[in-house]
Amino acid sequence: MGQITLNAVRKCFGEVDVIPSIDLRIEDGEFVVFVGPSGCGKSTLLRLIAGLEDVTSGGITIDGTDATELPPAKRGLAMVFQSYALYPHMSVRKNIAFPLKMAGMTPEQQEAKVQSAAKVLNLTNYLDRRPGQLSGGQRQRVAIGRAIVREPKAFLFDEPLSNLDAALRVNMRQEITELHQSLKTTMIYVTHDQVEAMTMADKIVVLNAGRIEQVGSPLTLYEHPANTFVAGFIGSPKMNLITGIEAEKLGATTIGVRPEHLDIVDSGGWSGVVGLSEHLGSDTFLKVGTKEVGTINVRAGGGITLRHGDAVRLAPRPGKVHRFGSDGKALS
Amino acid sequence: MARKSSTPAKVVVTAAAWGIGFLIFFPILWTILMSFHTEGDAIKSPFEMLTSPWNFDSYAEVQTRSNYSLHFFNSVVISVGSTLLALVIAIPAAWAMAFVPGKRTKDLLMWMLSTKMMPAVGVLIPMYLGFKNMGLLDTRTGLVGVMTLINLPIVVWMLYTYFKEIPGEILEAARMDGASLRSEILYVLTPMALPGIASTLLLNVILAWNEAFWTLQLTTHDAAPLTQFIASYSSPEGLFYAKLSAASTMAIAPILILGWFSQKQLVRGLTFGAVK
Amino acid sequence: MATQHSRLAARFMVAPSVGFLFVWMIVPLVTTVYFSFLVYNLLHPERQGWAGFDNYYYFLTDRAFLTAVWHSVALVVGVLCITVVGGILLALLLNLPFWGQGVVRVLVIAPFFVMPTVSALVWKNMFMNPVNGMFAHIAKGLGLQPYDFLGHAPMLSIIGIVSWEWLPFATLILLTALQSLDSEQQEAAEMDGANWMNRFIYLTLPHLTRAITVVILIQTIFLLSIYAEIAVTTGGGPASTTITYLVAQQSLYGNDVGGASAGGIVAVILANIVAVFVMRMIGKNLDA
Ligand SMILES: Nc1ncnc2c1ncn2[C@@H]1O[C@H](COP(=O)(O)OP(=O)(O)O)[C@@H](O)[C@H]1O
Ligand SMILES: [Mg+2]
Repeated sequence: MGQITLNAVRKCFGEVDVIPSIDLRIEDGEFVVFVGPSGCGKSTLLRLIAGLEDVTSGGITIDGTDATELPPAKRGLAMVFQSYALYPHMSVRKNIAFPLKMAGMTPEQQEAKVQSAAKVLNLTNYLDRRPGQLSGGQRQRVAIGRAIVREPKAFLFDEPLSNLDAALRVNMRQEITELHQSLKTTMIYVTHDQVEAMTMADKIVVLNAGRIEQVGSPLTLYEHPANTFVAGFIGSPKMNLITGIEAEKLGATTIGVRPEHLDIVDSGGWSGVVGLSEHLGSDTFLKVGTKEVGTINVRAGGGITLRHGDAVRLAPRPGKVHRFGSDGKALS
Repeated sequence: MARKSSTPAKVVVTAAAWGIGFLIFFPILWTILMSFHTEGDAIKSPFEMLTSPWNFDSYAEVQTRSNYSLHFFNSVVISVGSTLLALVIAIPAAWAMAFVPGKRTKDLLMWMLSTKMMPAVGVLIPMYLGFKNMGLLDTRTGLVGVMTLINLPIVVWMLYTYFKEIPGEILEAARMDGASLRSEILYVLTPMALPGIASTLLLNVILAWNEAFWTLQLTTHDAAPLTQFIASYSSPEGLFYAKLSAASTMAIAPILILGWFSQKQLVRGLTFGAVK
Repeated sequence: MATQHSRLAARFMVAPSVGFLFVWMIVPLVTTVYFSFLVYNLLHPERQGWAGFDNYYYFLTDRAFLTAVWHSVALVVGVLCITVVGGILLALLLNLPFWGQGVVRVLVIAPFFVMPTVSALVWKNMFMNPVNGMFAHIAKGLGLQPYDFLGHAPMLSIIGIVSWEWLPFATLILLTALQSLDSEQQEAAEMDGANWMNRFIYLTLPHLTRAITVVILIQTIFLLSIYAEIAVTTGGGPASTTITYLVAQQSLYGNDVGGASAGGIVAVILANIVAVFVMRMIGKNLDA
């Protein structure tokens, strides 16, 4: 089991209200990603759940019991830190066995669990090494191994992939997703990278300045961003947010069109001149200066041969224009 | 130094450095040399002394005339005992200051250091009388207690600077892994900080070994460490240079060797991490 | 990592250290303060009562007091000057490339590990003794009259001995600081046309400031309480008694407990003035 509820959780550091008030329900077995720009309070929120920080007010329940006052060890959660936080003086075996030792298991029980975790994580050959002798990816796996042997109610990950290079990051991302599919344990995953959020999550929680902007599945957020912040944050390349006459024509303060929802047309639409074109083969990214809506980004097909200085006409695909009111909230 | 210096320059620097090094070391060297000669030869001119026969007589005489091994034992017990005791008291304190710092942590550290600034003479009378009343004068126990307190601020400071280099996340990981505070300190912090703890130990043993105020004031014979034993040579009777040299050599040799090993840590430790 | 649990635990963890040090500092100090206001003479146990500030008055107006203050200042300032200046020069030398750096370092640092009673006795007898000391032998060899260092210039001799003990410490710390000097910065300055002197004044010295302040702090702590060197060389005497030594003598060998206590408190106050000054300086340089 691993059902976690936050009730009006608030956290201040001295005068600073880092998290004003958060209500959130995380279902058992869910893969939840907290995503948001750097400094928005993701780590703080995770550490509140872990019990590494006290809430200023509000409550946290885990599986229906109040955990607000429980010390980290008693919450039954496991955490994977950004820096991995491995014990440098212990072998990989001892690192993974440490929580078991703390739980008072016999050496035989410990060894059995370590072996099975090592097998899952491809660490069997490295059990006698020290963390210092491992690569970044292997360290990451040891940190995960240390978390899974405890059979926690939920896993907490704080930007676990940010210290890895790009290729390894994609690999580990998939491994963690697979791990979740096989363990079916609740996972709370913090990242500032919306790609990680989109690819891994069952449910994404978008945070901004300590507030929840929107909660939903990746596709919900993509298709129905609740406000301009989420609209701009989710999706890559970023959604074009347009204000002015064109928005007012549609009865909105701001309209949003994703670059992939702009079509190159022969007549009508907005006319402009290509400023920058990046040919990736599969896609072509264009930066187009238009008279009507200023500079906008376009994601066109791979076969497009437009170059710097070419004239082009663009039209938003019908039904794919998002409208936002003066408060930034989406208009239905 | 990225560039190679010219060989003649290097020769000059080598000569100067070795010359000065030799001069600075000379008093120790001379003491050691003198300890291998007889009293009669020791007071002859330097050249005559060096050419006179070498022997171990002075060492033998120091051993028979005084209870050298007792004083050596006292020095070991007092310096090692007090440092270990200080470590036991200081490790938790340094943990708290390094990993749960508050607004007043820095003030507290400064205050601890300032207790070292208080001149011992300011409290000599009550300490002396107190020791006398409690029967602690000239006891190892009493001196271990005093030396523990004397070194405590330095031990806390040194441990604090070493602990601060350990990422707090690792201790948090231990907490998440279900470690109690005791386990966290015992199984994670202490082993990780072992090199720092070892140099703290080494340095404070050296300081305690050489401490020469309280050891001189609070001991006379039974608990007297080597500092007091050597001081008894300050009012000599008859010829004593060779014996003084032999006794001095024995008193400083162990710490000289320890000290050479701990040179590197010495800088970090004694400057509280301000110079590395 | 600051939950209420851990903060509470932290309190418990610092409590023993703080408690012991507090008691160690306060209890004897308060007792000394108390004694310092009493008429308390071991030779006249029948005389008792409050002395008011008499003990202080007598101590402060004693001519020995001002001389002792002067000697203390001379000792601390003298040794600090010699070791800091000497240490910088020596560190600059040892930082140059030469053969046998490791061995020379070991030779230079050695005196720091010698216990004060040993260094004082070795210098007093084997070097400064006007009859059998090394210096006397050298003087005689040169046809000069041997000089009685401790007899005629006791304070200077003691400053010399103590400087020998502390020069290694200053050198080692300054050398370590020098080694962390950014050589690219030096090279850049050289490209900019700065000569050796300019580089020393504008780059090296500022880089050493922190190390120098630390050296001054640590040495001051130890120099204020110099005792053994005086005890075994001159055994005090009007020409070489410092405050520390004066009060220690009065405490142990005098019978006027009240007077000695007043002296102790004066020593504490003087040391605190120095401490406040030095801690200010160091507080900026040590980031806790
Ligand atoms: N221990 C602390 N004391 C004071 N402020 C903190 C502390 N920890 C975090 N903060 C502040 O809280 C905000 C959120 O930090 P954090 O949760 O680490 O952000 P994120 O993980 O989203 O990048 C930041 O502005 C940070 O400066
Ligand atoms: Mg973070």
